[in-house]
Amino acid sequence: MLNANTLAIAYLISAALFILGLKGLTSPSTARRGNYLAMLGMALAIVATLFNPVVQNYSLIFAGLAIGAVTGIVVALKIDMKAMPQLVAAFHSLVGLTAVLVAIGTFTEHAASGLVDRIMLVELGVGSFIGAITFTGSLIAFGKLQGILSGNPVVFKGQHLLNLALGLLTLALVIQFSQNSGLTTLILITVIALTLGFLLIIPIGGADMPVVISMLNSYSGWAAAATGFTLQNNALIVTGALVGFSGAILSFIMCRAMNRSFISVILGGFGGSDDEETTVMQAANQGVKSAAVEDLAFMIENANRLIVVPGYGMAVAQAQHALKELTDILNEKGIEVKFAIHPVAGRMPGHMNVLLAESDIPYDQVVEMEEINPEFSTTDVALVVGANDVTNPAAKTDKSSPIYGMPILDVEKAKYVFVIKRSMRPGYSGIENLLYFRDNCSMVFGDAKEVCEALVAELKNS
Amino acid sequence: MTETITASGMSPAVVALFIFVLACFIGYYVIWGVTSSLHTPLISLTNAISGIIIVGAILVTGSEGATMLEQGLGFVAVTLASINIFGGFAVTQRMLSMFRKKEK
Repeated sequence: MLNANTLAIAYLISAALFILGLKGLTSPSTARRGNYLAMLGMALAIVATLFNPVVQNYSLIFAGLAIGAVTGIVVALKIDMKAMPQLVAAFHSLVGLTAVLVAIGTFTEHAASGLVDRIMLVELGVGSFIGAITFTGSLIAFGKLQGILSGNPVVFKGQHLLNLALGLLTLALVIQFSQNSGLTTLILITVIALTLGFLLIIPIGGADMPVVISMLNSYSGWAAAATGFTLQNNALIVTGALVGFSGAILSFIMCRAMNRSFISVILGGFGGSDDEETTVMQAANQGVKSAAVEDLAFMIENANRLIVVPGYGMAVAQAQHALKELTDILNEKGIEVKFAIHPVAGRMPGHMNVLLAESDIPYDQVVEMEEINPEFSTTDVALVVGANDVTNPAAKTDKSSPIYGMPILDVEKAKYVFVIKRSMRPGYSGIENLLYFRDNCSMVFGDAKEVCEALVAELKNS
Repeated sequence: MTETITASGMSPAVVALFIFVLACFIGYYVIWGVTSSLHTPLISLTNAISGIIIVGAILVTGSEGATMLEQGLGFVAVTLASINIFGGFAVTQRMLSMFRKKEK
């Protein structure tokens, strides 16, 4: 059995290991070591806690650990990389639910032994509140990403007023809870927070998911921190703060990349309304050029450099493996290939990078927006695969456009631009992409994967 | 829970707040340093380490005086947090092992 000071030192070491672990993600070359350090920190924290003299019964703990370990590892090894956003959302919901259960369990145990003071009650109330919001909010996000729920924003009259009222009600209940320390009040707080989590996420459209995921990531951290306050456990406080800030910073980065305020994303209602498809014929009428795969292959073969701009459409079509083949062939032919990544491409931060890495495309060929933008003007061919709004020049020129001011990839500056797209259907913002009407732009209509495979076949034959 | 000596006379809640605020600063600077290509692994790693809440779950489950209900709540909490921890680290490891440099 360990005394309080030894335990504290163990937690201090594990918190330090977590910090070093996150620091490892500064570069892909140190990232794996970072993950190991974090694992070590976690193992240390768990083992130390098992030696806490308070812990007397081990059978249920070991059973829970075993079930959790098997479930977690099986899921992690089986999950398709495309489904990573859903998986993360599901994991967040677990942290939220755990925080609620720990808060309620801690409360009843401490109340039974008369060890609750007012500050602790407030901490318990807050912990359960954040945990419950994280739980249902993440479930809704999961449902939207998985396609169980519609990705369209669900908006109704008085929605924000209702949320505000529920928020204020909770505040009042937390104060009441700190006075009466009644289990019923704690449960009431939790139920309201569960409702609030649901209401907060339903108005947010599918394409704002990078922000939602980051935000829920942040909440799960704050939930852990609040639990740490209750238990006076510094490992939880430090880790919660790290995770909380990580999610908050990612949310900020995502909002900045969309030129939207955090508030406007939270209030929701953006995009997802326009589902009208137009055909290739109509596209021609609108003055959009279309090109065959053979034309595309010819242009690429004679290019100095190809910049590929992947978007969520690439993930949906699973075109990344065909793009890897394309990269290999072009490398053999001495043509440089780079991938340009917009921060909000995909459904979560860094989504495209993971998918490209999965298909074995080296990460030094995958370049972020600020770094690649100056290169478009000296590039012969830019190939847009399943990206839309992030290439729309309207963001720079059209003040009335909803995406005006959003930083974009300067695709239009390339000598020739080819866009692989199923139809002329607009992106999630529901607006026309001015890029498609430029003289240097041609559309290649078809499924991203099929087109890329055809392109590879064409290049192999030549 | 024998040590109650606090030389400064600070209440535990203030000590906790002190640590929390400093940890926020560490978080701020460390996270800004993370390369954007690793933002997905960052989310899955932070998700794994937020499983540290298992510490609370273990204390609830294993306490000597825990009732059946509390043991039940605690057991579920330990299980869920473990899914997070093991799943989170495993999936992070899987993703990170895919990031390769170009062979020269």
